[in-house]
Amino acid sequence: MPDRGGPAQPMLIAAGLRKHFPIPGGGAVRAVDGVSFSVAKGETLGVVGESGCGKSTLARLLLHLVRPDAGELVFDGEAVGAPRGITLKELRRQAQMVFQDSASSLNPRMPARDSVAFGPRVLGRGPAQAAAEADEALRRVGLDPMQFGPRYPHELSGGQKQRVNIARALALQPRLVILDEAVSALDKSVEAQVLSLLARLKRELGLTYVFISHDLAVVRHVSDRVLVMYLGSVAESGPADDVFARPLHPYTRVLLASRLSMDPDRRVEQAPIVGDPPSPANPPSGCRFRTRCPHAEPVCADRVPSPGSWDGHQAACHMVHPGSGHSAAALAA
Amino acid sequence: MTGAAPLAELDDLRVQFGAGPDAVQAVRGVSLHVMPGEVLCLLGESGSGKSVSMRALLRLLPPQARVTGGVQVEGQEVGRLSGRALRALRGGTAAMVFQEPMTALDPVYTVGQQIAESVQQHRGGTRAAARARALEVLDLVRVPDAARRLDAYPHELSGGLRQRVVIAMALACRPRLLLADEPTTALDATVQIQILVLLRGLQRELGMGMVLVTHDLGVAAEVSDRVAVMYAGQIVEQGPVRDVLRRPVHPYTRGLLASVVRADGVEAPGIPGSPPDLRRPPPGCAFAARCPAAVGACSAAVPAEQKVGPGRTARCVRVGESVAA
Repeated sequence: MPDRGGPAQPMLIAAGLRKHFPIPGGGAVRAVDGVSFSVAKGETLGVVGESGCGKSTLARLLLHLVRPDAGELVFDGEAVGAPRGITLKELRRQAQMVFQDSASSLNPRMPARDSVAFGPRVLGRGPAQAAAEADEALRRVGLDPMQFGPRYPHELSGGQKQRVNIARALALQPRLVILDEAVSALDKSVEAQVLSLLARLKRELGLTYVFISHDLAVVRHVSDRVLVMYLGSVAESGPADDVFARPLHPYTRVLLASRLSMDPDRRVEQAPIVGDPPSPANPPSGCRFRTRCPHAEPVCADRVPSPGSWDGHQAACHMVHPGSGHSAAALAA
Repeated sequence: MTGAAPLAELDDLRVQFGAGPDAVQAVRGVSLHVMPGEVLCLLGESGSGKSVSMRALLRLLPPQARVTGGVQVEGQEVGRLSGRALRALRGGTAAMVFQEPMTALDPVYTVGQQIAESVQQHRGGTRAAARARALEVLDLVRVPDAARRLDAYPHELSGGLRQRVVIAMALACRPRLLLADEPTTALDATVQIQILVLLRGLQRELGMGMVLVTHDLGVAAEVSDRVAVMYAGQIVEQGPVRDVLRRPVHPYTRGLLASVVRADGVEAPGIPGSPPDLRRPPPGCAFAARCPAAVGACSAAVPAEQKVGPGRTARCVRVGESVAA
């Protein structure tokens, strides 16, 4: 695929994405509520957050599998769905998605080769050409096409099924791959295999990844930059090393402190936070984290903190914005 | 009870599902014990037989399961218990916390009714007394505003609160043995650590023995005293949690530890291949096909369980060498 916008043009820009799902009887689940970010070419953007933070809805918005209520998507310089922009069909060829549940994403009545060849067939390749492309994709993910091509999903292990899903995404020669909890359902030893595979494919094919996961260690491992989400909005974003070493948002700090120690002599003595996240149907006013935040002040209920710019290391927290009215911000400034 | 008598014990447990050539040998000779007040973690990946082994302790396996070997809880052979004694065991002497709090709770009863029902079943007494005990245990598991939550239905609670309710229900009749099957796997990270800290605290406070099934090394490190690592229906390594996590002896345990994705960005190699088909388990060591250290002898016969240190065993023919290494 030609690199239309040049290396400096981000692969994907999302600006003010919003998706509210109406609740029968009134109200709405504010799944994604004004999310903006960009993904540079060849980088991996990690999106991390707990259930209900909107990360899976965000993944679907990026391919218009769910139509956004508001906001803009620009794929390599071309606005998605705009009159002179990129068409949805073309977007969904250049950007592919791998889902969490490797079994339910494959047709149980279709052998692996046919599943992988399906995309090329839809794009107009003849059966022989499509099968050849499928075999090439299977080989890329480490599955011998002669051995695994004819197998049905139930004849494959979880790791093998997820490899087939990755092959299916690659068969269309995408430039951007969105991985929505793509390794979360796998056993640890298999997860590590699939992560190595993803790293190799990225190098070989020059791919760009949006890697969505609830697992901090995995996100840290794969990402160049990360986006931390909480209740439908971005709490913090920045280079992965910075965010993990110097988290700015209290929620990010809590997430990091909730990690298990792996060392019986350094057990977590006290949980860093109590309770569960509130419902996205009824998020708190102002800063969404304020109901669980140890540093919350009146200003946090009154005003939504600015997320800051898209570049660098930013947090949507009144404490890091001088002049916000938060006592800690005054000290910082 | 003396400290020397185990609270629960499995002796050469074997569990087979189905019959004929396609029967699945889910558990293939598991022996273990839990002492009073001790936390034993069964650590393994999916299909390793860890949940099946734990469920055998309460005879919770489906009728088509063919179970052989000894299963004892407080000296009683569980396989021989009558209906009445079995009911006293389940939820009385021993109680279980399941993975999915939503499916473990009945959606059409309030949490108070569900806890009280178990109390009345096991301890008798009035409905009011059972309800009072329900309130007491909800407080014990730190459910905020417990009196109000007594009349809540499961769907009205968050995931973390539901799991607290499931734990409260398990504790209602003061079990001496608590079984927990992946109790935090369905929970978010910030909630998982709350539940683990709670479980560990309660286990100590109430002096219960506990068997915890998990696939997560981090969970094992947070709560267990001893770990039994399972692979393909067998315990491949067993010992104190510190020793096993710091100086794993069995190549599978080593591979598992090396598969943990670390924050330092070092590539985790994983373990190549996948576990054997338990309809046709290999005659030798089940891990041999994936093992970097495999030799001819590995495929000949299942390696015997060998003592490799104080309270430690491993099933590996090369274990003498790897300890020396």
